[in-house]
Amino acid sequence: MIRLDGVRKTFTAGDTQIHALDGVSLEIQRGEFVAIMGQSGSGKSTMMNIIGLLDRPDEGAYLLSGQNVATLNEHARARLRGTAFGFVFQSYSLLPRMSALEQVELPLIYQGVRDRRRRAAEALVRVGLADRIGHKPTQLSGGEQQRVAIARSLVVDPLVVLADEPTGALDTATGHEVMTLLSDLVYQHGMTIILVTHEPEVAAFADRTVRMRDGQIIEDTGAPSDANASRVEPTT
Amino acid sequence: MSMLDALRIAVRAIVANRLRSLLTLLGLVIGVSSVIALIAVGQGTQKGVSDQIRGLGTDLIFIEPSAAATTQQGGTTALITTTLTQADAYAIAANGNPAISAVTSHITGDTQAIAGVNNVGAESVFISSNYAEVRDLDVAVGSFIAPQHDDAGSLVAVLGSRVAGTLYPGIDPVGQEVRLSFLAGRVVFAFTVIGVLQEVGGAADADDQVFVPLTGLANRFRFLYTPTGDLRVTQIDVQAIPGADTEELKQQITDLLLFRHNRTDPDFTVESQDDLLDAASEVANTLSILLGVIGGISLLVGGIGVMNIMLVSVTERTREIGIRRAVGATATDIVNQFVTEALALSVLGGVIGIVIGVVASLLVDGRTLGDQEMTTVIQAWSIAAAFGVSAGVGLLSGIYPAWRATVVDPIAALRNE
Repeated sequence: MIRLDGVRKTFTAGDTQIHALDGVSLEIQRGEFVAIMGQSGSGKSTMMNIIGLLDRPDEGAYLLSGQNVATLNEHARARLRGTAFGFVFQSYSLLPRMSALEQVELPLIYQGVRDRRRRAAEALVRVGLADRIGHKPTQLSGGEQQRVAIARSLVVDPLVVLADEPTGALDTATGHEVMTLLSDLVYQHGMTIILVTHEPEVAAFADRTVRMRDGQIIEDTGAPSDANASRVEPTT
Repeated sequence: MSMLDALRIAVRAIVANRLRSLLTLLGLVIGVSSVIALIAVGQGTQKGVSDQIRGLGTDLIFIEPSAAATTQQGGTTALITTTLTQADAYAIAANGNPAISAVTSHITGDTQAIAGVNNVGAESVFISSNYAEVRDLDVAVGSFIAPQHDDAGSLVAVLGSRVAGTLYPGIDPVGQEVRLSFLAGRVVFAFTVIGVLQEVGGAADADDQVFVPLTGLANRFRFLYTPTGDLRVTQIDVQAIPGADTEELKQQITDLLLFRHNRTDPDFTVESQDDLLDAASEVANTLSILLGVIGGISLLVGGIGVMNIMLVSVTERTREIGIRRAVGATATDIVNQFVTEALALSVLGGVIGIVIGVVASLLVDGRTLGDQEMTTVIQAWSIAAAFGVSAGVGLLSGIYPAWRATVVDPIAALRNE
């Protein structure tokens, strides 16, 4: 479903050029739970930004469901980003003063979807926040806020949920709950999740680990063969 | 994103920053309301002056000595320099011009009117009995100066309403004695009050004038006569018949007086009421424009306030912009959001400004500020213009900050949380 081919991304900081991605090729199938690991500066966040269409590669191809999206213009990328991806960030990234329901409605507003309220409420029920619908971020615990963010990422029925250090701001127990929730999405609802983390315990929830260093993939455990067999992407 | 959603987001943002939004609104409110109120004052001034000129009578042509026009001083200075005489007035009337319905001449001078312990400075007007008819003056009590007063040279006086009110508070002035001093108090005559004029109101002169028969004074002031025995006057009023060609009549009068004065260049001015109205309108229009520009500047300042706030708002909301971009907002969505917010602010400011401007104009109308009676005329076009400019300024002020918002890098915005 996702295929990166020889992707390069270079940032210029002063006189020095930093090769954040130095020829990365990666393929991820539907229904996979992939953890991307690496130290800070390894290029894992850049890769996630490129996959999530927040950034575009300097070189190389990016095929999303067979379509080359590396060359899309800004407007098309924004539209596709809203429908194909759901983001979960380390710091929850909720808007202040908005109720949980409104937070989850937000992506639907930009898609011009009717029936937003019902769909947002359903997404909140899915993450176990049925009784927190009207709460604002300041009235929610860290774990609850992150679950609102997960509901917001799910509400558009995305192809992939991209989670960037989703447990980074949480204590171990709460982090474990959030990871369990994400795992359930994959194993019970067939969601595809790409997880960026530097914590091995968090990465252990995923069934495939991609290790990065200096802009290159140094290790890829690959998808378990049984998982691959049952979750082959339709060729349509 | 639908317009309704954009509006909802804008209203939320405005309400979320109540104090800031209020201060921003204040700039626009002051701008819009001052444009409306100041133009209303300007237009009111124009109406006041126009009413005053129209109140002088209808279809009038005024002939005055050139020198009087330049010294801007009635009374004795004008009398010494005037070359107009009563004989000129008779000649205009005797010409048999079918366009002329009446001619009257008079002398004006400053006077002090005294009755018992009360006294008031007034303008004395030495007139003939047909003056009331030419100038559309009506008496409230008593009667006006009649032809027999002209003939007899009677020392009778008709008072303007304000003069009568000051001299005879609570008493019927008719039959009372009023003493008028002339030539800076060197000469005082006693007159019998025979009538009081109806109040004209506004800034009209007649309320502050005292009318006495010209012949009565002429008999007592020999210096009013020229060496050749003609009675000097400071103004001749010609009333044209309705619908007459006043331009042609003015030319005929000018030709006649040039011939009588044996001159090639006029030593007098001939102006119709329309000429005065035009001149007054020009002055009042200049005033309106000036006031409008002052209001416009405050409106512009208000608009800059909106831009300033929107820029701050964009900077402050970098994180929000990043989140919205991440969940699928396009650059257009972000532009819409901030432009809508600026527009909502300025439309709201415009509406409040209109209400305050109109209410202020209505409150000031008819009140006396200082010793100036204020007249305001609210103009629909000034409301439309002020509102249009405020909405336009708001829109323009929103565009640049909105563009700044679109160049926010969502990755950086999210990383900087």
